[in-house]
Amino acid sequence: MDPSKVLSIRDINRYIKSKLESDDSLQDIWLRGEISNFTRHSSGHMYFTLKDESGRLKCIMFASYNQRLSFLPKDGMKVLARGGVSVYERDGAYQFYVTAMQPDGLGSLYLAFEQLKRKLEAEGLFAAALKRPIPRFPRAIGVITSPTGAAIRDILITLQRRHPSVPVLLYPAAVQGKQAAPSIVRAIETMNRLGEVDVLIVGRGGGSLEELWAFNEESVARAIRASAIPVISAVGHETDFTIADFVADLRAATPTAAAELAVPHVGELKQHLNHLEQRMGKSLRWLVGKARERLQHANRSPYFTQPRRTLLAQAERLDRLKERLVFRTQAQHGRAQERLARLTGRLQASSPTEQAAFARKRLTGMRRSLELAMAGTLRNAQSQYAAMLRQLDALSPLKVMGRGYSLVYDEREQKLIRSIEEVQPGDLVRVRLVDGRLDCQVWGIRGEEQTNG
Amino acid sequence: MAEGKENKTATEELSFEQAMDRLEAIVARLESGEVPLEAAIELFQEGMQLSRMCGQKLEQVERRIEMLVEGESGLGRKPFAPEREDIG
Repeated sequence: MDPSKVLSIRDINRYIKSKLESDDSLQDIWLRGEISNFTRHSSGHMYFTLKDESGRLKCIMFASYNQRLSFLPKDGMKVLARGGVSVYERDGAYQFYVTAMQPDGLGSLYLAFEQLKRKLEAEGLFAAALKRPIPRFPRAIGVITSPTGAAIRDILITLQRRHPSVPVLLYPAAVQGKQAAPSIVRAIETMNRLGEVDVLIVGRGGGSLEELWAFNEESVARAIRASAIPVISAVGHETDFTIADFVADLRAATPTAAAELAVPHVGELKQHLNHLEQRMGKSLRWLVGKARERLQHANRSPYFTQPRRTLLAQAERLDRLKERLVFRTQAQHGRAQERLARLTGRLQASSPTEQAAFARKRLTGMRRSLELAMAGTLRNAQSQYAAMLRQLDALSPLKVMGRGYSLVYDEREQKLIRSIEEVQPGDLVRVRLVDGRLDCQVWGIRGEEQTNG
Repeated sequence: MAEGKENKTATEELSFEQAMDRLEAIVARLESGEVPLEAAIELFQEGMQLSRMCGQKLEQVERRIEMLVEGESGLGRKPFAPEREDIG
């Protein structure tokens, strides 16, 4: 035996795995079978066996895939599973790795469901903005379901437990079969027409896809959306999703949950009321305390504790002010008097009496100067006159005549005769001497001969 | 006091939800601490009245459960009690 031909278990398992995975006829295939040995691991992965009359195949559906399942797989359930065959190397076991799964025989219903869901979603019927709030304290609750089903029982029990006083109006509706959808639609419309309830619970207990089908009908979806009363959907179990759930204002996982969502718990409400009362009491006590404090503060004010002191303080203030008033008035009076004296002084200083006296003094002075000046001038003139007189005297012709000269005038002594040419013989002339006149007649005229000096 | 009586009638006419809303608003106002004392006392009295009224409403235990019945003469109603043993 050639040791080099011996393979490890791991090698052969890996080889088989690669063989299987590379075979197209083993990948992305559909299998039909019945689920058995179903377990869901805490990791979320699902392990089960698919079997039919002829055999069985181990299957695994990982959590990442089974999250998208619209139903909860159960033992005995017939399904169509999609996936591929591969090997779990550790155990050397081949198994079917499921990527998608749907209940067998319902393929057309699933298709219809998906198509309607897409259509209504595109129309915006599932929009969060359209969801109306469920009233906090509904005055009455409307329930649309079968009067004989588990749903109404669960709802009434839960309401009884939580809030026994809210009235319930039940509209008995067919919830499965051909009559279900029109019956539910009529129920919603009637509840809206009556307008007695503040919230509607529409639903039924769990069942197969066919049993729940009425809640996937378009007419029901549109009736729910058109309801003026907010609607809580409550169809089947937690894992059952219907179109009604998408379109309702609030989806409850179960009818019991719907009842819980519809009314507050009476015990919690009582607690809440108690709490509100306590808060009110506390607030009021605080406000009263604050007011009392203000009052005490006011009472402690000196106006109340020592009113006399307050008055005395005012009296003192009055005295002070009075004092200041007198002092200020007097000071002002003094200043005014001073000013008056100053002004009087200035007025007197500029009195005309003084001016007159001064002017008189000035006049006397000036008169004296004038007289002095006049006397001086006179004296000067007199001495000048005397000098001139002496000078004149020295130049007087009379003085010349004293020395023997005489002056010849015409007979009326009006014209001095300086030349022989001015007289004719026979003319009368007056000759003036120093001591008198001679009246003479010209007898002859002789011209002076020119001498050569 | 006439005014007080009127107030009381108004309080009794409120729905549970209106009463709760009013009560919660009163608590919020009181807790703001910005209410004059006299107004605060009035608010407190109104709040206590509302709280008592709401409490009384919660005490009503007898439930009215009716089922609508479509008869020949139109819509009727009758008391309803669920059957104990039936299938879902």
